[in-house]
Amino acid sequence: MTMLGNLDFDVIRRSLPYLFLEGMRFTLTLTALAAFGGLVFGTLIALMRLSSYKVLGRIAGFYVDFIRSLPLVLVIFWFYFLVPYIGQWLTGASRPISVGAFASSLITFIAFEAAYFSEIMRAGIQSISRGQPAAASALGLTYAQSMRYVVLPQAFRNMLPVLLTQTIVLFQDTSLVYVLSIPDFLGAASKVAQRDGRLVEMYLFAALVYFVISCVASFGVRRLQSRIAIVR
Amino acid sequence: MNYNWNWHIFLEPNPMGTGTYLDLLLAGLVVTIKVSVLAWIIALVTGTVIGVLRTLPSRMASWIGFCWVEFFRNMPLLVQLFLWFFVLPELLPKSAGLWLKQLPNAPFWTAAVGVGLFMSARVAVQLQAGIGSLPRGQKQASTALGLTTVQTYRYVLLPMAFRIILPPLTSEFLNTIKNSAVAITIGLIELTGEARSMQEFSFQVFEAFTAATVLYLLLNFVVVTAMRFLERYVAIPGYITGK
Repeated sequence: MTMLGNLDFDVIRRSLPYLFLEGMRFTLTLTALAAFGGLVFGTLIALMRLSSYKVLGRIAGFYVDFIRSLPLVLVIFWFYFLVPYIGQWLTGASRPISVGAFASSLITFIAFEAAYFSEIMRAGIQSISRGQPAAASALGLTYAQSMRYVVLPQAFRNMLPVLLTQTIVLFQDTSLVYVLSIPDFLGAASKVAQRDGRLVEMYLFAALVYFVISCVASFGVRRLQSRIAIVR
Repeated sequence: MNYNWNWHIFLEPNPMGTGTYLDLLLAGLVVTIKVSVLAWIIALVTGTVIGVLRTLPSRMASWIGFCWVEFFRNMPLLVQLFLWFFVLPELLPKSAGLWLKQLPNAPFWTAAVGVGLFMSARVAVQLQAGIGSLPRGQKQASTALGLTTVQTYRYVLLPMAFRIILPPLTSEFLNTIKNSAVAITIGLIELTGEARSMQEFSFQVFEAFTAATVLYLLLNFVVVTAMRFLERYVAIPGYITGK
């Protein structure tokens, strides 16, 4: 028969404060900041790709294709070892500077997600009819003003459901900081699991928590999508 | 940057006694290819079944398809691999659990099945969209010709739908390759894993990761080129991507 009888679900109750106040807080903070940073840099990359300066477009395209061909795990390792050297180079220090676990993973995820967000924003910008920027420049708006007040707000709004869906993917992907032994939600669950020898209970619980949060979030996105669809 | 570059490290013998460090990385590449191909086959087969279920008129069938997709889409891949690797053997009857645990090369098989099922949800969604994009007349015409439901899917709907979704399927296959690196967490030493162990043995971090990066880019390039060729080969003249 199954071994369900030997399970001790009390271990979950006992570790709840640690799991959520430390683990989940790390996960959610990382998700929110990486989504914001990824959106900002992703938009800049998208503007570079669509700019009339061919060189800028080429650089941006190369970056996006490059990052998108690599596994996130490899990118996490890359930045984990590279960021201290970049820090040394930027600050002119004599030796590689140590960067905290959080800062290192935040930089990684912003750099990684910017490539994915840029593709979404590019599609959003291209979905705006040509007449809009043309009208903006006819009204005397500069390129920056036309982007800031005309094109980007509409592109952002049209792409909001896709951007949010990508953020849910990002939320799930942050669990990969596990490879650096960082206590995000999964890392915290794993720590308790190994300390108390309760792998089954802790991993089932972690799966359930990720599942519920992602389900509720994607349900919300679907509702938002249908609301936006009516407006248009 | 005061980092000691040493590009000759690849030709130096690795501490495992299996040749040079380059041999180590290439062995990792082979594991990545094997696990990705196996996972992709699993994803295609199960994804097709689930995708078809979602388009059937039966309420029950589309409900099963819906649950399958939501289950595999709403959990991080890493957590899914942990469930298959650490949790499943404990919940099965004792003999079956023991068999799973003692399986030779368990991380490899777990990774192939885990990544495969994870990707199957994505394949199913793509296929559903592909079938949905076909004109309604196709299905009606098959019914009018007296084809059964199975025949309609086998000879009319699926051959068309797969051609339509070939480009997104290519990127899903690339995702499968990338996702196989997550299996490093259950102890599978594939390409990223070998780069990591090379870094630990030789301390040449950036050479190791550069080599892994180049190999991933090459693999990407090969897959994309092969798929472009396939797309052209199966294209129906005058239709979709046909010329």
